[in-house]
Amino acid sequence: MSKVTKNHILLSLRGLKKYFPIGGGLLTKAKSHVHAVDGVNLDIYEKQTLGLVGESGCGKTTIGRLSLKLLPKTAGEVYFNGRNIFKFTKEEEQKFREQAQLIFQDSFSSFDSRNTIGTIIGEPLAVHKIAKGKELQDRVAELLRTVGLKPDLMYEYPHTLAAGQKQCVGIARSIALKPKFIVADEPISALDVSVRAMVLNLLKDLQNTHNLTYMFISHDIRVVRWLSSHVAVMYLGKLVEYAPTEEIFKNRLHPYTEALLCAVPIESPRDRHIQREILLGEVPSPVDPPPGCRFAPRCKLAEERCFIEDPILEERTPGHFVSCFVDFRGDAEIS
Amino acid sequence: MHVENRPVEKKKRTTLWLRFRKNKGALVSMIVLLIILITTIFAPFFSTYDPGKTNLRGRLSPPSLAPMTEGAAPHILGTDQQGRDVYSRLVHGSRVTLNVGITVATFGAIIGIILGLLAGYFGGWTDMIIMRIVDIWASSPIFLISLTFVMVLGPGERSLIIAFLFNSWTLFCRMARSQAMAIRNSDMVESGRAIGAGTGRILGRHIMTNIISPLITTYVMEIAHYINAEANLSFLGFGVQPPATSWGLLIGEGRTYITSAWWIVLFPGLMIGITVLCLNLVGNWVREEFDPLSIKQ
Repeated sequence: MSKVTKNHILLSLRGLKKYFPIGGGLLTKAKSHVHAVDGVNLDIYEKQTLGLVGESGCGKTTIGRLSLKLLPKTAGEVYFNGRNIFKFTKEEEQKFREQAQLIFQDSFSSFDSRNTIGTIIGEPLAVHKIAKGKELQDRVAELLRTVGLKPDLMYEYPHTLAAGQKQCVGIARSIALKPKFIVADEPISALDVSVRAMVLNLLKDLQNTHNLTYMFISHDIRVVRWLSSHVAVMYLGKLVEYAPTEEIFKNRLHPYTEALLCAVPIESPRDRHIQREILLGEVPSPVDPPPGCRFAPRCKLAEERCFIEDPILEERTPGHFVSCFVDFRGDAEIS
Repeated sequence: MHVENRPVEKKKRTTLWLRFRKNKGALVSMIVLLIILITTIFAPFFSTYDPGKTNLRGRLSPPSLAPMTEGAAPHILGTDQQGRDVYSRLVHGSRVTLNVGITVATFGAIIGIILGLLAGYFGGWTDMIIMRIVDIWASSPIFLISLTFVMVLGPGERSLIIAFLFNSWTLFCRMARSQAMAIRNSDMVESGRAIGAGTGRILGRHIMTNIISPLITTYVMEIAHYINAEANLSFLGFGVQPPATSWGLLIGEGRTYITSAWWIVLFPGLMIGITVLCLNLVGNWVREEFDPLSIKQ
């Protein structure tokens, strides 16, 4: 593969913001806003995987939904293949819906439980008028085989399937249109540990065979490390660190990234003596985020400046972005 | 890749009919309703007398299987105060009664469900405007409105239907709205939008099919409700006017003779009771049958 295609940016977010109003109705103004996503810049390269990590409630899912234009934005832009998705014409939007897909945390809840598996997987093809009748059935059977399920399953109803199978059906539905870009929103969090590896392997295989670009949203930094080429760490609606995966695991430049890694349980009992800093306190409310650096109230390295000024995301070393005033270098032992 | 599959052959799903047959109450109700419907549609074939033909010499005769005169059909349910055959009047009277019930419920359901879906799915201004109209409509007393219509349009079937329609769609609208609101933000709808399905498809194929079962039940119950309402108004003399007849009117006309000729009131009363009961039983069955959680195997 040539270097040029490898570095092609498929999706980029620029100054993306999403505030959800609290209270207020048609005629009254909202009392306050949840700052779910507050000015995020991010690039996702073609055929690579961006792992988006952070605690729950930090805005990961909202970024995923905004990237697919499933939510209206508050400010900022999203460019897909260089085109602003919020300014699409109707035809462009339909094309975009073919090329960008979503995998749900709980696939079952995304199915119309009155339909058979065959109808569910075939629906994208029917909507875009790509196949119908016998041809549609063949395509569905092939998709089922691709995700490692038996084609006979197409006559079943979703509630008769096991959790891992449901997730595979969800994946089959999302690749039915041969998309370029898939947002996987915690695709394995709801699964048993025993089937997680299977689903992850499937996602990785599909990436190679179908040339997919993933935005992989997760709160588990180990899974992200295994699957992603780049990692973006989020805290309270903002990116705190963004770098290629191995770089971020070797040189952690933000105290929050360090804290996330330290939260991973130590696997071997022999390593139990390793001392780790465990993050104290709670995530502040996104309704009224603290001034200055949002992580400052929980950061043990915080200086006076951190509570007043808001650090911007800057490139420390090529490709490695951090938003922190402190010259920090993570040194905890991680497995 | 290793995925464990249960042995899958195309499963023999129990058909609707088989499950229906198991539910004795619903089965019997359905048969009774079918009989009523058929006799209503083909009333002239089933009636033994002209429902308007009077015979003062044979007035108020009790039910009997023996013909009154040689060669004539017997008055199996007796005759009324003008010697008219109660059975034939019953068969003809069901036309108006069922027509009012079914028409009002059907049009009410169509209008109400469409508006309710739009209000619930889009929310905001659409919701506010539609629901304020519903509030105004529903707050008006149905019987007083019916009386007004009877005054303006003249009494009769048509005025009744229009008056009832004013009221019936609001119930469907409220139900459809609340159901659509509950489902609007579900993953299912988001998934539909993510694959590029249009609003029409999401509303029609997904939301509609998932909220339809309580609405079908309501539909059946509403038919029963408006059969009763028609009977009430006709009984009071504000509904159908003689010589046309309906079950309610039959009771109304016979009420003065209730001590001496019980059959005039009893049989139309029974018919209303049976029809409403059967509709309720069938409605119950429909609700159980189409509950998404019970479509297992």
